[in-house]
Amino acid sequence: MATLNPNIPSGPLDHKWEHHKFSSKLINPANKRKYKVIVVGAGLAGASASATLAELGYEVHNFVFHDSPRRAHSVAAQGGINAAKNYQNDGDSVHRLFYDTIKGGDFRARESNVHRLAEVSVDIIDQCAAQGVPFAREYGGLLDNRSFGGAQVSRTFYARGQTGQQLLLGAYSALNKMIGNGGVRSYTHSEMLDLVVVDGHAKGIIVRDLQTGAVTRHNADAVVLATGGYGNVYNLSTYARGSNVTASWRAHKRGACFANPCYTQIHPTCIPVSGDYQSKLTLMSESLRNDGRIWVPKRKEDCKKPPAEIAEADRDYYLERMYGAFGNLAPRDIASRAAKYMCDEGRGIGETGLGVYLDFSAAIQRLGEDKIRERYGNLFAMYHEITDESAYKTPMRIYPAVHYTMGGLWVDYNLMSNVPGLFVLGEANFSDHGANRLGASALMQGLADGYFVLPATIATYLAGVKPDKRPATDTPAFKQAEENVQGLTKGFLASKGKRTPGSFHKQLGKIMWDHCGMARTKAGLEQGIQLLGALREEYRAGVNVLGAATEWNQSLEQAGRIGDFIELGELMCRDALMREESCGGHFREEYQYTKEDKEVQDGLVNPGDVKRRDDEFAFVAAWEFAGEGKAPVLNKEPLVYEEVKMSTRSYK
Amino acid sequence: MKVKLKVWRQKNRDASGEFKTYQSPELNPSMSFLEMLDVMNEQLAAGGEEPIAFDHDCREGICGTCSLVIDGKPHGPHKGVATCQTYMRSFKEGDEIVVEPFRAHPFPLVKDLVVDRKAFDRIQHAGGFISVRTGAAPDANSIPVPKEAADLAMDAAQCIGCGACVAACKNASAMLFVSAKVSHLGLLPQGQPERYRRVKAMVDQMDAEGFGNCTVTGSCEAVCPKEISLDFIARMNRDYLVALLKGDAKKPSGGGAG
Amino acid sequence: MNLLQSIWRSSLGKKYIMALTGAGLFLFVTGHMVGNLQFFLPPEAINRYGHFLKTTPEILWPARIGLLAMVALHIASAVTLSAKNKAARPQPYAGKTKDLGASVASRTMLMSGLIVLAFIIYHLLHFTAVVDSINGAGFDFDQLYEPNSGHPDIYAMIVCGFSVWYVALFYLVAVGLLCVHLGHGLAAMFQSLGLKDHVWGPRIGAFAKAASLAIFLGYASIPVSVLVFGHGKAYADVVKAGIVPDAAGAVKALKGGAK
Repeated sequence: MATLNPNIPSGPLDHKWEHHKFSSKLINPANKRKYKVIVVGAGLAGASASATLAELGYEVHNFVFHDSPRRAHSVAAQGGINAAKNYQNDGDSVHRLFYDTIKGGDFRARESNVHRLAEVSVDIIDQCAAQGVPFAREYGGLLDNRSFGGAQVSRTFYARGQTGQQLLLGAYSALNKMIGNGGVRSYTHSEMLDLVVVDGHAKGIIVRDLQTGAVTRHNADAVVLATGGYGNVYNLSTYARGSNVTASWRAHKRGACFANPCYTQIHPTCIPVSGDYQSKLTLMSESLRNDGRIWVPKRKEDCKKPPAEIAEADRDYYLERMYGAFGNLAPRDIASRAAKYMCDEGRGIGETGLGVYLDFSAAIQRLGEDKIRERYGNLFAMYHEITDESAYKTPMRIYPAVHYTMGGLWVDYNLMSNVPGLFVLGEANFSDHGANRLGASALMQGLADGYFVLPATIATYLAGVKPDKRPATDTPAFKQAEENVQGLTKGFLASKGKRTPGSFHKQLGKIMWDHCGMARTKAGLEQGIQLLGALREEYRAGVNVLGAATEWNQSLEQAGRIGDFIELGELMCRDALMREESCGGHFREEYQYTKEDKEVQDGLVNPGDVKRRDDEFAFVAAWEFAGEGKAPVLNKEPLVYEEVKMSTRSYK
Repeated sequence: MKVKLKVWRQKNRDASGEFKTYQSPELNPSMSFLEMLDVMNEQLAAGGEEPIAFDHDCREGICGTCSLVIDGKPHGPHKGVATCQTYMRSFKEGDEIVVEPFRAHPFPLVKDLVVDRKAFDRIQHAGGFISVRTGAAPDANSIPVPKEAADLAMDAAQCIGCGACVAACKNASAMLFVSAKVSHLGLLPQGQPERYRRVKAMVDQMDAEGFGNCTVTGSCEAVCPKEISLDFIARMNRDYLVALLKGDAKKPSGGGAG
Repeated sequence: MNLLQSIWRSSLGKKYIMALTGAGLFLFVTGHMVGNLQFFLPPEAINRYGHFLKTTPEILWPARIGLLAMVALHIASAVTLSAKNKAARPQPYAGKTKDLGASVASRTMLMSGLIVLAFIIYHLLHFTAVVDSINGAGFDFDQLYEPNSGHPDIYAMIVCGFSVWYVALFYLVAVGLLCVHLGHGLAAMFQSLGLKDHVWGPRIGAFAKAASLAIFLGYASIPVSVLVFGHGKAYADVVKAGIVPDAAGAVKALKGGAK
């Protein structure tokens, strides 16, 4: 069993971070440069951590598999970043942001981490504005805010629809500054393929140079993973094609616990799949639901008709019907599941039957086409580019898609995993969003971890490490890890299968979506585990990887990543099966509110809403790797709420 | 629909390359250009031929990883759109589509259609930042930024760093890219202290990388997926001129601290 | 590094040189055109202007040296920049789209510049050095003297020079290319010096087009008026009567008319 000590500082919640920073050990400035830290990934968390650690004086080595640190998928976030600045004087505060995040996460996040996140959120905005992030401004020159994701205060800072891009470029510029002056050494096109653990401590990584295929060993006094989420396990998602779980998964296999892998967020408004060739789902901003009405035909027979030929009386505006008060603005998970139910009933629209209409005709009639163009022109243009349809004339077709994973490697308050010396930041860790993430909070967490949390907490670990005792790369642990990597590569190239890694990825995605998707059941998950076991065996024997190991080889890269995804998929199903409750993005059909429940009768929740079981499941599920082919071991970190009282998440 | 693909195949940087023509399998007009290549690659792999290497990642037009010169135009036929958001309906049944890598001396070829754009990163290392230590920033609203300046800076900052400007320019000039970076930071009050040092360092690195020069043909602007304006090049030229005339900073006088 | 070195070593520095020498040459071209347009005044005007320049070395030579330096710098920058540009794209594209929004003028600056250069050399030999073997007229323009003053007769030289159709045509082609070169170059000059933005960009573009067209019309008007409308032919016939036997009859007629 792994030892999971969350290391939550004592004292009142709003003093924990301050107190912890004061009581943490410091490292003499002259000694910092003796410490070598490896950071894998250069998204918001990785780039900001690399830059800040280097500013503090540590020798930082940053690795990315992209051609440039600026490509990380943080770049694609559209909406904005939350911060408790209260510039709008609308009653926001650190405590309110903390509370909203805990509640939004359906009481499955660690209180102390979330409070710290809310505290440092204000510093993030200062930092980003100072480094030249062109946030939206008012005419007076001050920062503009908007409300986002149904929040009752306007605390979201944004840069047009490209906030993620601008924040990433800000972090990248900080990284550039430190690369330029020698503080960071940057390795691009370099994929981490194994973690090296010496005497129980993370001491290095094994890296493959994607251009030359050369496999190299790198040692360090600490290893930081900021390698993002694993939503691509579903194949079709809003993630970048390259996003993968490999770094996290290989660290997991070296002993790091994987926490809450089943917590997946599914976004309701994406452009539906158009065919089996599809590689990517594109998100359409949630704001469209402010003016669009969602419907499907009442009768199955009408589904293939053009929408204009379906009479008003034959349309089912199901969200308005089911969630009167919220209607089309029902929360993400509700809206997503409702769309799935409609399609399951056979009332889905479009060629594939997996889609619902988002109709603007009423809004256009009410406000005029110009007003709608002004509000959503760029989104309508994007929709037109992808589908060749004009949403001014015919309803948009939308369908939910995977776009964030709340689970990740387990970390303590210091963001250190249960493997000492291995730190995990951003979406790659599990820490702050519980079972569901609020809009505009992913960017906040990535930057909080990288700019402010890790640079303060890493010293506590490093102070106990002697840099002159750092194991050299010719020690057995490094040799063994490299052999492991080389063995995997050889195995893929030797396998004379018939199917490409990509075709396995499609199959994996379908199994995951069907069995561990928006709505999960015991039977479905058990079947999923079986199917994935079989898929894993078939993959080992039957994957076809062309080309050589010592060259640019995208099939080989893919082969490794998809192999890891298949294994992760199995763990996700196990986690979802174990968690016999519904919470946030994890919905078990067996655990939902019905008309018989008091909460429904009191008008607190709707039938079909997620039903938590706090008595039994108020814990973090941290899974420990037990060896190939063996069932993983479940470790539990109880969630103790000192400040907030767990309550039913009500949307009314 | 079906198309013919005339694709540049080259094993690695040092090998010599050639065009190879492939008949596509049946395609759906709603496929993106990259999905068409995925499908093509499945077919090649099934026949034991190595898949065509091409760069891609987010497939939603923001990461700047995808490249390709399609029928002579970087990012394909449409204006203001990256390759990943180009769809097969833009082509006709039976078309022969020529697909080439970005060609520029500072972008050495890695394989097939993949080129190495690290030169862009090195230009950024030289000065593409505002030096602010984490934690040292004043309150964000203590530095008001005129909305016009913020908006114009954002216009420049949208650059996705794909390199299409270099690929399109007959001189393989990187001026649009560098000027977007220089202007983004140079337009903001926060960027003023390092404004001239920054432009000098970045332009000098751009020269050292071996990019060509701007002859104001406007091709870069025409193919830029973010439609970044040529005006930013003028702005950079002006700043660089001032930087040249100002010369290097005076060496500080006086001794060290007691 | 001193300023001149850093200007010459940087690509942008050379663009500044291109722009500034281009501006200087544009001013010369404009001034030269205004001087030439005296052709449409009585012959004495342009002859007096020519005589003044030739007999005032303190203006003539600095101007010549300055022009030569500007031309040399303009060309040296252009050639070195072009060499670097070529090196930056070692392998051309095979795809069918070629222009990518770039105007013909912008893509052919080096070519139009070189042709204009070739013309300038010819033009200097033709009218400045007055090399008789290349003028196509069959006699030496040095022998044309204004009947009244006895100074070299520039007016007659222009008429005789442009009476040769292929010389006039070469001239027209060259000023046409100069117009194309300036149409792009004038706007690019402002761009290179950073004197352009979204407000002034369109105005500068319009100015470049108008100015280059005016230059073309101004210069082209002279050979066209000679070749097509016979402007100054009668006068030139008189001047060249002394050296060209065929013209004797015409001279007699003119003298008779004058009585």
